[in-house]
Amino acid sequence: MNQSKGKLSEILRQREISLLIVLIILCAIVQFRNSSFLTVSVINSILKNYAYTMVLSFGMMIVLLIGGIDISVGATLAFCGMAGSLLMKNGILPNCLSVYLFTTVLGFALGALIGLVIAKGKVIPIIATLGFQYIYRGMTYLISGSTWVGTAYMLQDFKDFAQGSFLGINHLVCITIVIFVVFFVFLKWTMFGRQIYAVGSNAEAAEISGIKIDRIKILVYAICGAIAGLCGSMYTGYYASAQNDMATGTEMDVIAACVIGGVSLNGGQGSAVGVLLGAIMMAVIGKSLTLIGIDAFWQQALKGAIILLAVVINVLVQRGIDRRNLEGRVI
Amino acid sequence: MATKSGRTIGYTKQKTAKELLFCWEALLIVILLAVNIMNICLSSNYLNLYNLFTNINSFLVKGFIAFPMAYILLLGDIDLSVGSVVCLSATILGITYNGTGSIVLAIIACLLVGFACGAFNGLVLTKFTELAPMIVTLATMTLFRGLSERILGDTSTKGMRNVKWFANIYDGRIGPVPYLFILFVILAIVFGLVMHKTTFGRHMFAIGANKVAAEYAGIRVQRIRFIVFTLMGFICGMSGVFYSSWVGSIKNDIADGYELEAISMCVLGGISSMGGKGTFPGALIAIFIIGLLRYGLGLINVNSQTISIIIGTLLIFVVMAPNLKFKLPGKKEVDSTASEN
Repeated sequence: MNQSKGKLSEILRQREISLLIVLIILCAIVQFRNSSFLTVSVINSILKNYAYTMVLSFGMMIVLLIGGIDISVGATLAFCGMAGSLLMKNGILPNCLSVYLFTTVLGFALGALIGLVIAKGKVIPIIATLGFQYIYRGMTYLISGSTWVGTAYMLQDFKDFAQGSFLGINHLVCITIVIFVVFFVFLKWTMFGRQIYAVGSNAEAAEISGIKIDRIKILVYAICGAIAGLCGSMYTGYYASAQNDMATGTEMDVIAACVIGGVSLNGGQGSAVGVLLGAIMMAVIGKSLTLIGIDAFWQQALKGAIILLAVVINVLVQRGIDRRNLEGRVI
Repeated sequence: MATKSGRTIGYTKQKTAKELLFCWEALLIVILLAVNIMNICLSSNYLNLYNLFTNINSFLVKGFIAFPMAYILLLGDIDLSVGSVVCLSATILGITYNGTGSIVLAIIACLLVGFACGAFNGLVLTKFTELAPMIVTLATMTLFRGLSERILGDTSTKGMRNVKWFANIYDGRIGPVPYLFILFVILAIVFGLVMHKTTFGRHMFAIGANKVAAEYAGIRVQRIRFIVFTLMGFICGMSGVFYSSWVGSIKNDIADGYELEAISMCVLGGISSMGGKGTFPGALIAIFIIGLLRYGLGLINVNSQTISIIIGTLLIFVVMAPNLKFKLPGKKEVDSTASEN
């Protein structure tokens, strides 16, 4: 009996649980107002709609884990998506797979460049990525000549892929699930994953213990870039067009998803499960406001208020948990 | 400054000529000169004082925000909500004017809203110190912009510029010098003095360098943070007034991206976003570098996307330059840390 109680409080002590509770409450409120919320088709459309922000959240997570930040992901996404679409329009990329591969590799290179500047140039991450945000967004306009690639120029199988499904699950959602599993395993059970946590918790200690910090930093930014590149294809495929200003401000949504998911901006803290929950929460917030019939002009204000409320509640819950833990140690 | 006990406090290192030559501000002045020379070469009209001030005026609206942003970065915090606060306060100004017809009332409402937004940010951040400023101001950025969207919908407010003296806030000049520029200079002096010559300023440096140590040293960290964030809100309200006086019609998407612009200006000016480092004159020079660079490139019809690429590259290279220590034979390595004190 005592044993099980110990286990229960152990589970309750985890940050993800408090998040899950907030998410369930949120869903319950929405469900109460609109009974069509928790149906397969609505959930499917929410996930499909927000697949690219969820995937992007995992890329952002590892950057946040090493104590960095990447506010250029939206611009990287746009540049890769635009480059892929233009090449597709000109017939250089022959099929869907090649577009996805191309944008991912391009994103990896762009991210590696950011990582290089941060690791070797010793530029503070927020400044470096702010600069690269200007650069990549500007380059997006330059390569496209300030025009956009319309749906007519897109390959049919590229557009079909984004709408098609595998075992009843949309392909984009499948990608999200695969990326989640990869990151979960990678962060929990691989050496590189643990090294990321080590660098984020205490960079000096990590360096002394023989971890090559610079290499890890460059790789992490490159992976984040690759994820952003992948999302470039997902985005253009889903909307079947490539705009110059696409995904502007996405970085903010993604950072919010990570922080709600319990990733510390100071680095070293956070898990793939938490980020998944945070990203789902952002998606539910984004979609449910329409579902419960809130005026379109209210939505952004409410979204801001809910994010604020969610992080504040998270802090309050965390304080409660900490206090309980302290009481547990009183002899 | 010897105290009773004979110990010296407030000791500042005297800089040698060489250190002065290689300090950050000197580098910035060189860049500023280069930008100016480039502009003169590009256009013979550049040195026309009237035109020059017309242009300076247009980026001063943003430039004001860089002052308190410098303080916030100095504290090691960040404020992403500034653009939205400018937008919301300008919105309130517009609807108050359209509703009551009194521009004085509208200006007061605008400043109050800016003040309240800043105070709200400050309150949340000081009550929940665990929260990162980035995420809180990110949320309030969405919140304030959303409120403005709710109020305006897809309409815009009009007619403010019909009031002559209100339009004159932006347009008015003494000789070729606009009122706005004079106010800018006065505020720059005040902000600079507060940052470098007062206890409050020293406290900000202390908090930025080590928050915990500052707390134990008896500095009321949270109070100072609250004051600075509120100040930021107020200045944003002010910027909202100038914006309305400039443009006259307020939509819900104005002042978008001001936050990043203001942060770029401060960081280019050598204020570390990690806190505790930087000088105010540096930030001041950087405001003009970015503003004039945009103007000059605009003169030769470089499109705005290319300009943003150039500014992004400049930002990265300027910050990176002192860290790349090239060991040239026969030359002594310049110690970049020496200039940052």
